[in-house]
Amino acid sequence: MKLLEYQAKNILSEYGIPVPRGVLLKGLSEIENVVARLGGRVVVKAQVLAGGRGKSGGVLTAEGCEAARKAASGLLGERLVTYQTNAAGEMVNSVLIEEQVDIQREIYFGITYDRETQRPVLMISEEGGVEIEEIAVKNPGKIIKVWPDPLTGLQDHHVRALFKPLGLSKSLFGEFMSFVKKLYAIYMEKDAAMVEINPMIIASGKGFMALDAKVIIDDNALFRCPALVEIRKVPDDEKQEVDAREKGLSFVSLDGDVACMVNGAGLAMATMDIIKHYGMEPANFLDIGGSSNPQKVIEALDIIMKNPKIKLIFINVFGGITRCDDVANGFKKALKERPIDIPMVIRLTGTNEEEGRKILEEIGYGTYTGLEESIIRLSETYKALKR
Amino acid sequence: MSIFINSETKVIVQGITGRDGSFHTGKMIEYGTDIVGGVTPFKGGQSVHGVPVFDSVLEAVESTGADTSIIYIPPMFAAGSIIEAAEAGLKNIICITEGIPVTDMMKVMSFLKGMDVRLFGPNCPGVITPGETKIGIMPGHIFMPGNIGVISRSGTLTYEVVHNLTSNGMGQSTVIGIGGDPIIGTKFTDCLEAFNADSATEGVVVIGEIGGSDEEYAAEYIKDHMDKPVVAFIAGKTAPKGKRMGHAGAIIHAGKGSADVKVRMFREAGAEVVDLPTQIADAMKNLL
Repeated sequence: MKLLEYQAKNILSEYGIPVPRGVLLKGLSEIENVVARLGGRVVVKAQVLAGGRGKSGGVLTAEGCEAARKAASGLLGERLVTYQTNAAGEMVNSVLIEEQVDIQREIYFGITYDRETQRPVLMISEEGGVEIEEIAVKNPGKIIKVWPDPLTGLQDHHVRALFKPLGLSKSLFGEFMSFVKKLYAIYMEKDAAMVEINPMIIASGKGFMALDAKVIIDDNALFRCPALVEIRKVPDDEKQEVDAREKGLSFVSLDGDVACMVNGAGLAMATMDIIKHYGMEPANFLDIGGSSNPQKVIEALDIIMKNPKIKLIFINVFGGITRCDDVANGFKKALKERPIDIPMVIRLTGTNEEEGRKILEEIGYGTYTGLEESIIRLSETYKALKR
Repeated sequence: MSIFINSETKVIVQGITGRDGSFHTGKMIEYGTDIVGGVTPFKGGQSVHGVPVFDSVLEAVESTGADTSIIYIPPMFAAGSIIEAAEAGLKNIICITEGIPVTDMMKVMSFLKGMDVRLFGPNCPGVITPGETKIGIMPGHIFMPGNIGVISRSGTLTYEVVHNLTSNGMGQSTVIGIGGDPIIGTKFTDCLEAFNADSATEGVVVIGEIGGSDEEYAAEYIKDHMDKPVVAFIAGKTAPKGKRMGHAGAIIHAGKGSADVKVRMFREAGAEVVDLPTQIADAMKNLL
């Protein structure tokens, strides 16, 4: 779960990490007051989840109330398109108005997990800003990493290793250590999958500060942070996916016209690969998971049918925990509620396959047991449709 | 012969009184697995499918001499269950649970380091030595004893591949689902090493997925050490690029994890990479 900048900064403030003074606005009525209180020179920042805001006009500096009002009104209620959004962009529901700070130095700082060492990894680079990924590829030595043991936590020598390459005066170390330790505490205590401060700055007269903040909470840990779930903003292009997840399904929309419904993520990915291999284009990734709940099949068909582009449906179920008769019953019930006139190829094998096949035959649907024969049938049907 | 588990393996089920735990205890017993006990706190003294239930793993181990545990515990308590099993001295811990937070798993892995214990999963279908013992949730009837080792990150895709092998008359020595989570215990390389040393295994099938770099390490191991034929399949060639995780994700995974990279590395290592899971048996036949 991604947090908006202001939500992330609220957590930072809670932990005592300095951030620029700022106020979140959802409308323009308070803006004069707010800008005056912040000293007149402000930055107006669109609160969207997508990255790349700065380059796409989502972060604007403004001198005085009039300029700030103009900047905010240009963002609020509009859709911001960045290189990370789709063409429709992401709706800006709120803006963060922040005081401008004089930047002496910009630094990149990030914490995430490292699958290889199976530990958290803290990363710092003396060059902050958006080019950090390029640095990672071209000059990886410029990014310093430390991997604390999650059981004993971040040690002082880790922090010293991060501090040294910055070439800063020793007098700043105490403040740096406190900053980094607090961010690590947020990473572990809030079950973050990522905490990124880019840039972390040294501001004139104010020391270290988080100018921007990106925090992603591990979806698997949301049961430990109910307060965060309540403030969740779901990105527009992920609404369907999040909706599906709440129903126990895993769904990703794609551009093709052959819908598929599969049990298990690996088999679902392989099914998409097979569809493509036979010259068709998958319309989605859809994993109904491992449970034996007919209701899931109904929900899954519902999601598939929301896509007007689909011409063909492929159901591929290899029963293990999932029972074929449960899938068949769900399918039967779904068709009763809403008949589907799109051609379907159904492959059903594994646990209780005979019971499942019988249920489907009774309502006029033939099934296949082999993957190969079903995919050949799918491909033939597709070619016939295209003719 | 087989790797990791066999007919001698004595198994306890953590979470035996739960819905999945009790259902699969029945299925495992049916397959012939030596289930000697189960654990559910405060339910000690009961029995499930004739198997005695204990309050703690330690009590279960002391009473039954179990050496292996399978875990069906909800994600919020699963990390604690793995630690409990390790502290009780079990040699193999197979964690089926899906959805354990990453921070929990990082702590568990750090804790297990240096201990004489092997963790499979989490978020895995389990491990099976066909004809001897099944410790997992896989449908037992599609497996057949034989000389092909199978290692996979996925559940149902493993069934697909095993089904393909079995229907072509190729049995399996041991089949391991290593799990689909970012932080897992046993990895591809651990299994390849064990299969390489196992006299009953003549060829190995590796079923990988996009993401992470375990397949890349597996390819390096194959290149340097493997003296048995390997057939590989990588799922997710057509999958959309994952959701971005800031710059941090891109930095730490720079240039790794794509299907193309994995396929190329396996090919360079001398493994046969197939386009479809249904081509695996034929490819293996040609190599043996």
